[in-house]
Amino acid sequence: MDEVQVKVKPEMVTVYIMGQAYQVPAGLTILKALEYAGFRLVRGVGCRGGFCGACATVYRLPGDYRLYADLACQTTVKDGMYLAILPFTPAERRPYDIRKVKPTGETLLALYPELARCVACNTCTKSCPQRLEVMDAVQAALRGDVAKVAELTFDCLSCGLCTMRCPAEIPHYHVWQLARRLYGAYLAPKAEHLHRRVREIEEGKFKEELDRLTSLTEEELRELYKAREIEPE
Amino acid sequence: MPAELRPAESHTSPVTRHASRVLYFPGCALKDQAQEYERATLAALGKLGYKVEELPRWNCCGTVYSLAQDDLMRHVGPVRNLIRVQEAGEEKLLTLCAMCYNTLRRSAEFVKDPESLRRINAFMDDEEDYRGGVRVLHLVQFLAEEIGEEALSQAVVQPLEGLRLGAYYGCTLLRPKEIGVDDPDRPEIMERILQALGAEPVLFPERMECCGAYLTVTRPDVVRERVGEILLSAAKAGAQALLTACPLCKFNLEERRPLGTPKIPVYYVGEALAWALGVQEIPEELAKSQAGVIR
Ligand code: SF4
Ligand code: SF4
Ligand code: SF4
Ligand code: SF4
Ligand code: FES
Repeated sequence: MDEVQVKVKPEMVTVYIMGQAYQVPAGLTILKALEYAGFRLVRGVGCRGGFCGACATVYRLPGDYRLYADLACQTTVKDGMYLAILPFTPAERRPYDIRKVKPTGETLLALYPELARCVACNTCTKSCPQRLEVMDAVQAALRGDVAKVAELTFDCLSCGLCTMRCPAEIPHYHVWQLARRLYGAYLAPKAEHLHRRVREIEEGKFKEELDRLTSLTEEELRELYKAREIEPE
Repeated sequence: MPAELRPAESHTSPVTRHASRVLYFPGCALKDQAQEYERATLAALGKLGYKVEELPRWNCCGTVYSLAQDDLMRHVGPVRNLIRVQEAGEEKLLTLCAMCYNTLRRSAEFVKDPESLRRINAFMDDEEDYRGGVRVLHLVQFLAEEIGEEALSQAVVQPLEGLRLGAYYGCTLLRPKEIGVDDPDRPEIMERILQALGAEPVLFPERMECCGAYLTVTRPDVVRERVGEILLSAAKAGAQALLTACPLCKFNLEERRPLGTPKIPVYYVGEALAWALGVQEIPEELAKSQAGVIR
């Protein structure tokens, strides 16, 4: 049978990258569209998996006043989208010694007094690609609930989009990092079982077994591995 | 099983709202520096049979009401709280902190202007429109006007007899007069409450004078002078303790005393309520003077 070569022409959309129009295949992520259009990204890209927060991007759609914010590696292009990536948001991280600060609202406010400038406009929440309740976290910080701040911002990628848009000029992601560190250092329940296990190891509980394993030949090890107990599903 | 998950019984009336449900706005200070005010008041209102619920997802009221007519941004925070009340299907919002009361109430008044409301609603495209009509109430109004002195005095189990208490109003409960909880020049709403609780209210001329408020940060000297006068005036009138509804007033009255001023303790009005309703003990420094009362 003759081979029939079918060439499917991809559907193309027009995107405006920093003002310049490009035809790119529909279905690409913004990140891939940038590369398709010929940009070689040295900043504004990292994990490509929605984890690192390096690819913060703002865009608008035709006929819509809203300024959208998203991750370039997680968002597919739309026809008529005009966009710019914001690889970095300048914001100052205030110095502190985590062993010397208390897990209170006063600590947050002393290091980041601009928190008190929040006008509850909710712009930060609207610009968060992780769909976090960013304003609620600022509010929790203002009322001294460090644990709540840590909980609400657990999934923050430090992309900086909220920080870029906040009219109160709050450096959110640094505050979140501080709150999570305070939570980890002082408020999270201590993992007693872990300390117990470390103690057991130090006291040599597993030494004999380990010594036996390290003295085996490769052949013996293979046999042992095959005969291992497997937990039922 | 929580009540709301239980299948409705056929004989129950179709009432969706608990008659004594009250939505309340705590504000940041009551969650941080003024926790004793919240604790005492909520315990007392519970004793009075109210189901007090914290406003869901409230945000800071903004603390200081903006005087700029075109500074709409400052109203966004307060109005967002009013929308939360609307979402909860209520029309009344109880406040405890005098500053929160002032800011929220004034914003509620401000957005009665349709043009301002339209612009604020347009800005908040992430929320439902505020339709107006939420009543912001302060605790003292709730006690004196919603509950009433008679019902209040009937609920008293531990009358504050023999306690000479001075109500310090400060500014934010009284001014501007459009939103004042009482006549700004001759307020007596707190005195009426104290009387209902069995105490002896002490009127002193400086009870509605400003304590200096935020000048405590930049000009503590000014605040010290004001606080000195207020305490002196209260002492002359014979007050054993002062009651306030404002965490900042309390801070100033306690921490900005000039040397040699009368050592009058300061409590929150909600605490006096809790003593009288028997949900909290009268503090020892006051109980001592009460012991000598001839009944
Ligand atoms: S948060 Fe830490 S532990 Fe978790 S995936 Fe990221 S790097 Fe790994
Ligand atoms: S909270 Fe701010 S910095 Fe963190 S992911 Fe959301 S927008 Fe980015
Ligand atoms: S954008 Fe800034 S001012 Fe607006 S709610 Fe968020 S933190 Fe507050
Ligand atoms: S809302 Fe926009 S246009 Fe209006 S004052 Fe603020 S920044 Fe300027
Ligand atoms: S490249 Fe890491 S989040 Fe997009």
